[in-house]
Amino acid sequence: MDSSARFVGIVEKKLFTFADPPDSLELESGEKLGPVTVAYETYGELSAERDNAVLIVHALSGDSHVAGVYAPDDRKPGWWDLMIGPGKPIDTRKYFVVCSNILGGCQGTTGPSSINPASGEPYALDFPVVTISDMVAVQKKLIEHLGIKRLLSVVGGSMGGMQALEWILRYPEVPRSAVVIASCAALTAQAIAFDAVGRSAITADPSFENGRYYSGGGRIAGLAVARMLGHITYLSPAGMRERFGRKRRASGDYAYEFKDEFEIESYLAHQGLRFLDRFDANSYLYITKAMDYFDAAGKYGEGSLEKALALIRARTLFVSFSSDWLFPPAQSRELAAALQRLGRDVTYLNIESSYGHDTFLLPCPELARAIGDFLATVKGGGGPC
Amino acid sequence: MLRELDRRTIDTAIAALIEPGATVFDIGCGDGSLLALLAATKGARTLGLDIKSEAILQCLAKGIPAIHGDLDQALASCRDGMYDYVVLSQTLQVLKAPHTVLKEIVRIGKKAIVSFPNFGHSSVRWSFLWRGRMPKSKVLPFEWYDSPNIHHLTLRDFEYFCAVHGIEIIVRGFFGRRLAYRSRMAFPNLFAKEGLFVIRKK
Repeated sequence: MDSSARFVGIVEKKLFTFADPPDSLELESGEKLGPVTVAYETYGELSAERDNAVLIVHALSGDSHVAGVYAPDDRKPGWWDLMIGPGKPIDTRKYFVVCSNILGGCQGTTGPSSINPASGEPYALDFPVVTISDMVAVQKKLIEHLGIKRLLSVVGGSMGGMQALEWILRYPEVPRSAVVIASCAALTAQAIAFDAVGRSAITADPSFENGRYYSGGGRIAGLAVARMLGHITYLSPAGMRERFGRKRRASGDYAYEFKDEFEIESYLAHQGLRFLDRFDANSYLYITKAMDYFDAAGKYGEGSLEKALALIRARTLFVSFSSDWLFPPAQSRELAAALQRLGRDVTYLNIESSYGHDTFLLPCPELARAIGDFLATVKGGGGPC
Repeated sequence: MLRELDRRTIDTAIAALIEPGATVFDIGCGDGSLLALLAATKGARTLGLDIKSEAILQCLAKGIPAIHGDLDQALASCRDGMYDYVVLSQTLQVLKAPHTVLKEIVRIGKKAIVSFPNFGHSSVRWSFLWRGRMPKSKVLPFEWYDSPNIHHLTLRDFEYFCAVHGIEIIVRGFFGRRLAYRSRMAFPNLFAKEGLFVIRKK
């Protein structure tokens, strides 16, 4: 098949609004939020039995645009286009694929940059703190709206993996399976530390103005710094050495000045600036905080991971990458080992890769095979061993 | 390691030893074909373990759950007696610390099933004695330098190990000429190419 035949083609972002006053969505913090709008996309057809829906849950900077393009002249397809489409591992000829922007995001779903109906202004920091569980509760509303009672699978990497895990803990009767990639039951202190530095870069920026920066164009340089830091954590030392080494943009002597001279510098600067065009600094604060708070054992097992995971009924696939130091393989292995002790249906695969945490977004034949074959064998709710 | 047909013969013999509905943990599960056979014919509830990612991918394609990882780590986190059977088929001789693994599998399995090529077989002894060369055969098809088999043992070595380490041998099985399975054999340490044992902690 040529590449165009494996492409989902032109797709459309749709909106769904619920919790209109007097209704509201009760958040994990106890705060109430409403109305809530969800931006989502769907590809493929929902079967007559409504049993072929695969929910994709995105990571920190992702959005609902997971595959295809919005217009024929769009240069960039969705963020996981290599995984989703006709004949691809998440095959849109077989599966009805749903992906929505997370609660607290800035790509169409209600978040801190949305208008607060009470004030007519963007919420900014008046937006309530949301959690991974709140994001999942919103996704549950969306799939109910789409007429889906059971999901064939929930698939996500990084923070998406946290959501997939939360799905099978909070709604164990809904997904038949989950694919949790490069993720964890709770962030390490090191990962929380990086989030904290990223948030500090934003809040310490003079133009941040306590989150009320929207009238000024909303480009917070601190967000670019946070993104630069993030990118370091997504790569591995070996990957960075292979790709950048000490390469400089110009040959010859050092310039003896502070312009971006090393290629790694200009790469990070470019990634930082590009991020300003598409991301909201307040969303970055909220989403990283949600990741920091996520603690499956704490929430569902009184501190015991095994007790928490006993809630799970879904078949599970955990994938990690050997060079990922932000979400180290040991964290996925720990999840798999706990499920094994519980006698649950669990598969764990650690893929050899030098691309670090980012591997899940890059072409990776082993990951593609694992996801495609796993989904193809999901039948019932899972026979435990 | 073994030819497809030979491995199937051994898998079939193992499957015959396992009760329907048993929980089975296959260590060094490879492509998951034994577990797939057990799931299909015995309704066994199965899990595989392998150190190679390709093995895990092949298990995934068969719908067989499997854990990718190091044996020591994977076994240490298992509870006592959590499986009806732990299978260690054609794997013992490639392990770095077979003694540790044998003690672990009788801890986590109510029973364990072990199969391995018999280094005491007459052809091996013949090759060694008369040709003075490291033996090669159907079940030991490697040169000395590329053999993954780093801990050769005979059936008698295995019996001795079990006796010393408080492991009871419940079933003995032998694969003789053409790898036909036999539950009895005269002078098995001389004439069995492969041994198959069901063991448990005393």
